[in-house]
Amino acid sequence: MAISYDVKLDTLGLFCPMPIIKTSKKIKELVVGQVLEVVSDDEGIKKDMPAWCETTGHEFVGLEEEPTGGAIHYKTYVRKTK
Amino acid sequence: MATTKLDPQVALAELQASKPERVTLVVLSGDMDRVMAAFIIATGAAAMGMQVTMFFTFWGLNAIRREGARGGAKDWLRRMFGYLNTGGADSLPLSRFHFWGLGTRMMKLVMKQNRMPGIAELREMALDLGVRFIACTTTLGLMGITKDTLIGEVDQFAGVSTYLAEARGAQVNLFI
Repeated sequence: MAISYDVKLDTLGLFCPMPIIKTSKKIKELVVGQVLEVVSDDEGIKKDMPAWCETTGHEFVGLEEEPTGGAIHYKTYVRKTK
Repeated sequence: MATTKLDPQVALAELQASKPERVTLVVLSGDMDRVMAAFIIATGAAAMGMQVTMFFTFWGLNAIRREGARGGAKDWLRRMFGYLNTGGADSLPLSRFHFWGLGTRMMKLVMKQNRMPGIAELREMALDLGVRFIACTTTLGLMGITKDTLIGEVDQFAGVSTYLAEARGAQVNLFI
């Protein structure tokens, strides 16, 4: 079952630390309670996004892996908490 | 009469809770790969809500010099040294496989092909995220580097005490 989200952030083709930097900027545009979907093809995001959430205090909702023709698309979901 | 007396212990706890975690990085190396790692850590930490200070010394100063900058020292010895030591984010050599510039050029090409940000872009991003730059005054003099050849965004010109005052209150301190 797909996780529902309010705002989407595409970071495909970008490497560390770009997905995290873009996430930290994008989350400011959301209101508390909304969920952000971050799409990345960098496998590191699987560990990095929960770590970012733990440090910043936002809620890590989940991860989905979507196999495409080439690279796997990692979709991470973050709920803004403050 | 209602008196609102502040509990010092609670006030301290609140202050500690609101105070962001701090990171300091000493950037001594002027090697492209090492400086890149330093900026990646700095921007990553800033994106995680940490307060980051980068302290540039010795060869690391080249990373915050204007592109192609050469020393402007008065005496000939340091002027020569400054002349040989070209600065600028785009002029940093790889720590290994530099091969008189060829290896570094190839690395930059691969980075570009993969849309990876270069040193100049990472530095710009760091400043954008509020990372503070401190330049070491002693090594500036030693290396024959004058302040006017540095980028304008350098926050402070200072020495070891300033670094240690920052570092003793920080949770992460790295020497690169």
